[in-house]
Amino acid sequence: MSNIVIKAENISKQYRLGLVGTGTLSHDFKRWVYKMRGKEDPYLKVGEINDRTQKGNSDYVWALKDINFSIEQGEVLGIIGKNGAGKSTLLKILSRVTTPTTGSIGIKGRMASLLEVGTGFHPELTGRENVLLNGAIMGMSKLEIKRKFDEIVDFSGVERYIDTPVKRYSSGMYVRLAFAVAAYLDPEILVIDEVLAVGDAEFQKKCIGKMKDVSQEGRTVIFVSHNIDTVKSLCKRGVLLNNGSILKDDNINDVIDLYIKNQTRTQESFYEFKVESTENLDCYPLSFKIENKNNELVSEIPAYEKFTIKINVFLKKDIDHFVCAIGLCTNLNLPLRTLWSVPKDLKKGKHEICFYMNNVFLETGSYIINLGISTYERTLFSKENFNTLTISDISSDDRPENVLRIKGAGIILNTEHIEIK
Amino acid sequence: MIDQDEYTLIIKPKNSLLDINFKELWRYKDLLFLLVRRDFVSVYKQTILGPVWFFIQPLLTTATFTLVFSKMANISTDGIPAPLFYLIGVTFWSYFSTCLTATSGTFVNNASVFGKVYFPRLIMPLSIVISSLFKLSIQFIMLLIGWIYYMTTELSIVPNFTILLLPLYIISMAGLGLGFGIILSSVTTKYKDFSFLVGFGVQLLMYATPIIYPLSLIKNPNIITLVSLNPMTGLIEGIKYGLTGHGIYDLGLLTYSLVFTIVLLFVGVIIFNKVEKSFIDTV
Repeated sequence: MSNIVIKAENISKQYRLGLVGTGTLSHDFKRWVYKMRGKEDPYLKVGEINDRTQKGNSDYVWALKDINFSIEQGEVLGIIGKNGAGKSTLLKILSRVTTPTTGSIGIKGRMASLLEVGTGFHPELTGRENVLLNGAIMGMSKLEIKRKFDEIVDFSGVERYIDTPVKRYSSGMYVRLAFAVAAYLDPEILVIDEVLAVGDAEFQKKCIGKMKDVSQEGRTVIFVSHNIDTVKSLCKRGVLLNNGSILKDDNINDVIDLYIKNQTRTQESFYEFKVESTENLDCYPLSFKIENKNNELVSEIPAYEKFTIKINVFLKKDIDHFVCAIGLCTNLNLPLRTLWSVPKDLKKGKHEICFYMNNVFLETGSYIINLGISTYERTLFSKENFNTLTISDISSDDRPENVLRIKGAGIILNTEHIEIK
Repeated sequence: MIDQDEYTLIIKPKNSLLDINFKELWRYKDLLFLLVRRDFVSVYKQTILGPVWFFIQPLLTTATFTLVFSKMANISTDGIPAPLFYLIGVTFWSYFSTCLTATSGTFVNNASVFGKVYFPRLIMPLSIVISSLFKLSIQFIMLLIGWIYYMTTELSIVPNFTILLLPLYIISMAGLGLGFGIILSSVTTKYKDFSFLVGFGVQLLMYATPIIYPLSLIKNPNIITLVSLNPMTGLIEGIKYGLTGHGIYDLGLLTYSLVFTIVLLFVGVIIFNKVEKSFIDTV
């Protein structure tokens, strides 16, 4: 017997756009006529890919199209993707809130889904009563809830309010209690949507800790979130959805890399700035280039190879004390490095600023680039997340002997003198 | 293809019509009880009179009916004292109408819960029927008091053994309310038009049921047939006959009501079961 606990085959979900109700009756009728004649549903053929930014020709779209995956027992799978990529639809199908239009999913074991905390909480009922009710809605038996009741209340930290109607709770307390119930569900498979959006930092940490515990107990977890940070710390495997289909199903780090790359507008070695209005600007950037050591434009830099970032700017007038800075952030948007040019008085016209990256090297992955131009601490221009820098894992010949790995090593500062005696 | 035996649950686009998972329904019995409790407890929270409202509603309706239909319009009450006549009618009719109206909103009112978590949807309407039953039993106590009072003061009030059928009458009424309710709730998910129908439809149906008049009052055979087509007619008349000895106890009418209930429930559950799978997309 295999260890696969969830197996999805050709899952697709079609939605009808526009107002349900206009023309619904006639479409229903046509469907019925086709069915009676033993034909396929005529509207299954007309769906289009689900891209909300583009105007389509059809009233029907595929929110999900031909999704295939399988999850083994004990795996913690993170599902990421932009808004409208199909994450929620997939979760809804998994948690049986709605059915797929085609395809089927096999599930082994008891599954509980947490698409929202506090589902079915009744404002007039007390915390105690709601814990019982909410637990039952999630599929626990009364006995099971009663046995865990004290632990639940303890975890939530709202003991004092437990006999007060939940409508008197603060939103944080509400979520705490709701999450506590969910945390003590004992399913073999747990499906979680972004439920950690509320609650203070301390409680969020507690929740993530609890979720880690759950996954370490050998239970299978499917986690959906926009919070890349959380996904990264919880999951080992990731699935990236884009316009209703799986773009990548792989190791979580690789999946996040691709997601970040797709999120930034361009990922090119040459990037032309399109500044909307230059009227109020004394200075604005024209282009951005990444060049390798041979002064060739490249989109990826092999790890441990020197490279140069070049920025062309245009000055409408003379600027004293001109400083150009670039910032590199990790794909989790944590600031990693900031580089400033030496302040310089510049004449009006075009100038090129070159950042030579010769000493400090980065591990493989994608980095977000921010740009700022200032004079005397006053910002003249700034743009965040306008491009990414990719360090590929093709190792360069320049790599010294004391660098063993280029993945998971952080910033590589091997100029330090290291000696074993 | 996915092997049926290997997995405990298969999610498929559409299941067959009769695929109703009673085992699963049973597993969620705790939820059913808790929902019944919730309905019962939450209704009169933060009210001063609390459960007393259960008595006020039928009492005031009975008083109004007695005044308008008996005193002013002089409609016969079949030899039963007018307050008792209307009290019986109002108590049982309100059970039926609550069941119907409340269950008819199952999908639309619970969309936010249904959209987030799965449990057998039938639990919701069932809980309404059961919690209304509690309300009915409280109101029935009041009916009993009135009934005993009139039994001791009026010689014409003679109950008989058919009153033992009362539980069957009530189950049948619950079934009718539930059946109509879940069918309406299913069609309302797509065509909201029906939600407008429910409110006044139930009101109109009351006039087609011998609540404010006895069936024996109607002389025109066509209208008798019409009123008899209403499955509630036989039940209400049967209850009145059992409690007071006045009314029409007709086995044909009662059998019709029961068969109607069973067929309605059967059809209702099938439709409900079909709609629950993906109603969240259209609601």
